[in-house]
Amino acid sequence: MDRDVGPGDVALTVLDSLRGPVGVQVTPTGGQPRIQPPRGRVFGWLPVIFIGVFFAWPLVTVLSRSLSARGVDVLLSGATWRIVGFTTMQAVLSTVLTLAVGLPAAYAMQRLNFRGRRLVLALLTVPFVLPTVVVGASFRALLPTAWDGTLAAILVAHVFFNLAVVIRVVGGFWAHLDDRYEQAARTLGAGPITVWRTVTWPLLRPAVLAAAGLVFLFTFTSFGVVLVLGGPTTTTLEVEIYRRTVQLFDLPGAAMLCILQMSAVLIVIVVATRLQRRLTVRQRLSRSGVARRPARSTADRLLLGVTLVEAGLVALPLLALARASLRVGDGWGLDWWRALSVDGPSTRDVAAWQSLRVSLSYAVVTVLIAVAVGGAAACAIAYARRGGDALDSALTLPLGTSAVTVGFGLLITFAVPPFDLRGSAIIVPIGHALVAIPLVVRTVLPVLRAMDPRLREVAATLGASPGRSWRSVDLPVLSRALGVGAGFAAAVSLGEFGATSFLARADAPTLPVQIGRLLARPGEVNSGQAAALSVVLVVVTALAVIVTERLRTPGSGSL
Amino acid sequence: MSPSTDPRAVSSQAAFQGLGVAGVSVSLGGRRVLDDVSLHVAPDEAVALLGPSGVGKSTLLRVVAGLVTPDAGVVTWDGSDIGDVPAHRRRIGLVFQDAVLFPHRDVAGNVGYGLDVAGVPEVERRSEVDRLLELVDLAGLGERPVDTLSGGQAQRVALARALAARPRLLLLDEPFGALDRDLRDRLGVEVRDLLRSLGVPAVHVTHDAGEAALVADRVLALVPGAHGARLEG
Repeated sequence: MDRDVGPGDVALTVLDSLRGPVGVQVTPTGGQPRIQPPRGRVFGWLPVIFIGVFFAWPLVTVLSRSLSARGVDVLLSGATWRIVGFTTMQAVLSTVLTLAVGLPAAYAMQRLNFRGRRLVLALLTVPFVLPTVVVGASFRALLPTAWDGTLAAILVAHVFFNLAVVIRVVGGFWAHLDDRYEQAARTLGAGPITVWRTVTWPLLRPAVLAAAGLVFLFTFTSFGVVLVLGGPTTTTLEVEIYRRTVQLFDLPGAAMLCILQMSAVLIVIVVATRLQRRLTVRQRLSRSGVARRPARSTADRLLLGVTLVEAGLVALPLLALARASLRVGDGWGLDWWRALSVDGPSTRDVAAWQSLRVSLSYAVVTVLIAVAVGGAAACAIAYARRGGDALDSALTLPLGTSAVTVGFGLLITFAVPPFDLRGSAIIVPIGHALVAIPLVVRTVLPVLRAMDPRLREVAATLGASPGRSWRSVDLPVLSRALGVGAGFAAAVSLGEFGATSFLARADAPTLPVQIGRLLARPGEVNSGQAAALSVVLVVVTALAVIVTERLRTPGSGSL
Repeated sequence: MSPSTDPRAVSSQAAFQGLGVAGVSVSLGGRRVLDDVSLHVAPDEAVALLGPSGVGKSTLLRVVAGLVTPDAGVVTWDGSDIGDVPAHRRRIGLVFQDAVLFPHRDVAGNVGYGLDVAGVPEVERRSEVDRLLELVDLAGLGERPVDTLSGGQAQRVALARALAARPRLLLLDEPFGALDRDLRDRLGVEVRDLLRSLGVPAVHVTHDAGEAALVADRVLALVPGAHGARLEG
């Protein structure tokens, strides 16, 4: 799940979409849809065909490719299992560290009131929405070269990246955890530590487990960060799939690794869901949220201090990135920025600037596809008498599958005649759209479900045909939500790295792919350009997100 | 107002046995909720605190329990200031309006919580929990999950839980407010008799004058004032 998406609510929508698969219900959802269904099937065909052709079929292809002598060789080789071991180990360590760093912040952000709280929250959330390749580039710029290819570098970047998951998932729950349970315990003679051990922790545990599950999945399938910061001995399954495909042309081996990885992800989801169900406590949550109080006690001050330090540390990698883009030799200059517009020695080495144009045009096509398919899917789910949930789950699957698998599947399915789409520009946006569609659905669906069905009935009594009443009643409400969905899709497309690495044409790299290429080459001229281009990507993504947040109305896309 | 210089704390409250509250003022979120409230509760007494909803009755109880720090005034027990004693060392029990039973513990786990954190050995704890459940008329329900209880049952469990911690004073915050009239009156009388027989003094908050007269030896009224609620009695 190499989710390279843009800030603020984009991240939160991703989390909300993924919460289903990991089996967490943190906040109570709204009531039953009151939609008088027009014709759900009319809308249903487009998403079903799209998912079938561009997701299900490639998965079947991956499976059939893996079932070969070469695939079995790879499955049985010791090297493969060493990589599985390292992938699991770094994911476990990343998860534990992220929880340790994130829990104090989750508490401070939701239970304490202090000046600049919103700013601190924004700072701590930003990393999650950075494109992963930018995270990699930032830590390359920040950490000393001795850290290149080390486990420590990967862990630090993973903690930085996933901190927001813990703050969002655990903090969101903590904000609604009725504090009178703790007060009751205190009047019964329990001191602060006993209250935590006997009341707060047991009630909070399901949310912590949910956050841990998400962080584990994200870091288990981490691609961009590990590709940039990892080394020969510190490589994950995702990176190995990429290496086998691009460098060794070992497609059956790569396919087997995809299957291996999907199986592992599935097992983790099943175990996490079971555990979660066992630990979940039926409790009344405070609907409006518990009032935040000033930090008076020593423990509160300590936790607040830790959180403020963390927020300061989070800014460091980005500052290092900006610095690296301006640092030339021992002085300062715009050399790397100027180099972006210079063509390379070979015809394939177009100027790095060109990748901005490529990324923007892919983003436009992705938005068109995602809004059409996602909007139709949302209508189909909202209006369907049955089968709506199944379609919803099917659409979320690409988000739960790793981006590398999505990209690899599309590559081996559509890069061969008679369906050779690799030469055409359409295959990259299709890959991006697979990731973006669930987000569009999440944005549009609540708006549709909240719509008063009587409006449509009024239109009908005034003589409007079903089609006419849909256009005049539903469409105006929909268009704003679709605008927000379009912003999400654009942010996803601009930052997507995992799938694009497989699909981008050599002479038309996107911004993240170009950054990845520059980082893979030695020398200051390349790392300097990578930093400058990363700054460009951050700015472009931020713009897409700011526009999206402007469009947002209260209620749209919040689950 | 610093506690030591408050004349009433020294001259009159110091002499009282039991709970003393002197000159307590509280502001919450910039709004003055309680203004210069004083009262005392003798060690063998049940006092009802009557007042309209939202007047600050609960806040007063939370000050006494140690969950809210007052802006001014003192809280004493047998004449000594307990303002710096944290809630978990005050031995003042609090029963909330809607029970607030721990959802992750069964009935016995809730009742035995105070004994548990006090380190009472399991055998002793069990027999004490059984005794208390019998006392509140819930014998044999120890294994029940708390979300299967009726409103009245839940309040009985909350009462047993508070009593198990051996409080020297019990605060009841509209404990039967959510129940219907008949049940409320019956439980009110039961609780009064139970506390009287155990010799536990109580402050019973309610907005119902009938209930106040039924459960208490003495009724005090908390009335809203221009600068926060004041006590009349």
